[in-house]
Amino acid sequence: MSASRDRKTPKSKYTADRNIPGAYEGETVTRRRFMVGTVHGAGAVAAMGFTLPALAFAFGTPLFERPPAIWTSVGDPKAFPNDTYIPKVITTVAGVGEIGKTTVYVRSRNPDPDIDPPNTFPDGINFVAISSRCMHLGCPVHYVDAAKRFICPCHGGVYDFAGKRSGGPPVRPLDRFYMRIRSGQLEIGPRYSVNSQLERHDKYRDPGQDLDGVGQYIYPGRFSTPKK
Amino acid sequence: MPKLPVPPLPDKLLPAPKRPGSEPTRKPGEQLKEAGISAVDWVDERTSLSGGLRWVMFRKVPKGTNWFYTLGSASLFAFLSQAVTGVFLAMYYQPDAAGGAYESIRHMTNEVFLGEFVRGMHKWGSSVMVILVFLHMARTFFFGAYKYPRELNWVIGVVLLILTMVMSFTGYLLPFDQRSYWATIVGVNINGTGPFVGPFLSDFMRGGAEFNATSLPRFYAIHMMLIPGILAAMMGFHLFLVAKLGTTAPPWLKADVDPEIRTERV
Repeated sequence: MSASRDRKTPKSKYTADRNIPGAYEGETVTRRRFMVGTVHGAGAVAAMGFTLPALAFAFGTPLFERPPAIWTSVGDPKAFPNDTYIPKVITTVAGVGEIGKTTVYVRSRNPDPDIDPPNTFPDGINFVAISSRCMHLGCPVHYVDAAKRFICPCHGGVYDFAGKRSGGPPVRPLDRFYMRIRSGQLEIGPRYSVNSQLERHDKYRDPGQDLDGVGQYIYPGRFSTPKK
Repeated sequence: MPKLPVPPLPDKLLPAPKRPGSEPTRKPGEQLKEAGISAVDWVDERTSLSGGLRWVMFRKVPKGTNWFYTLGSASLFAFLSQAVTGVFLAMYYQPDAAGGAYESIRHMTNEVFLGEFVRGMHKWGSSVMVILVFLHMARTFFFGAYKYPRELNWVIGVVLLILTMVMSFTGYLLPFDQRSYWATIVGVNINGTGPFVGPFLSDFMRGGAEFNATSLPRFYAIHMMLIPGILAAMMGFHLFLVAKLGTTAPPWLKADVDPEIRTERV
């Protein structure tokens, strides 16, 4: 090819047509392009070699590790009345001192089906353990016996005796806990969430995520909630 | 004035006579200046940095440039103050959720020399930085300085604003008192309300389904390593574009068009 070649005529894609030394029939990639590609590829592989494990390290355990369920005894089942709650403090996260503890409000099953619909006791354990975590944004609610209501101090969330929202910004009823009876003792286990009909959702959701209508689809269950 | 006779000293102690034609001896100040210039020259000959520095520092600015144009560099200095104080606060801080975090903050505030002052600069400086960034943004908006060809710099500025907010959010947890703990619980749960990705983003931030022993170190690492690095790199690019594109005149100044050019155009 001469230097005065018309710049507008496209070069042939075959190296042989371009008089490149050592070209062979049907070859389209020059050695220079091949080397450039190889070096860039090697750089990309080297960069991925530390980036991908680092990202998997940062995301893997938080998103996919299921911690084992912790079962905590709260004493004799007969101690819990059905018309008010007994507060109990249990540890849900080990090794972090005070912040790993949470308050649970426990009572036995109320005979009124409006408060405790029969389908909310699928395990045959006739007790209710309600979480103090507000379903607006996670502040701690407290039970006021005179009003038979749970009150949140942060943004004015109010829940009725069964833990259903009766006012303020919360999007679903208060979370509950699995329970079992072992050696005559009532034990509290992992948390679960309920929708407005008090139907159980195994993988509990964070506060602010509602479980009715489209909410149950746009807020999928996570892989990190404890095993039952 | 008659010259005094030289005292009788051995030849070796006498100052050497000047060689004919040699330069006059210089004062120490001049020598120091000379040494400085030659050191700078040595670096410049090997890097050509002076051209770039001149390009950044001696830019032409439009007529009407005023004090509002200092808000960007004010934000930069707020960031530098946060960076310097933050580095030294890190020498006393322990990201331990079981009680060590609060105790280390109490120790550095009450017992370390100037601890209250340096931590105060970092704490109040964060609010100052957020305010300055917003004022800088308002200046850019009201002066129309986001328009062509500076749109990309506006976009980078918005990213810088978001990163500043992430710094504020992650830093708020570190004192680990009741206020910072509950504010972070609320903040993470607000994040969780984002459809589809929200719940998983919350898990990433906490390092699990619940606030746990790794949550505080996570926030600390994001606060002092991940975000500041990205922030500094983006600020460098932001400043590069400012130097490259120049600044705008305030909107109340009309363009000063040469009458001859105007005639030609018509």
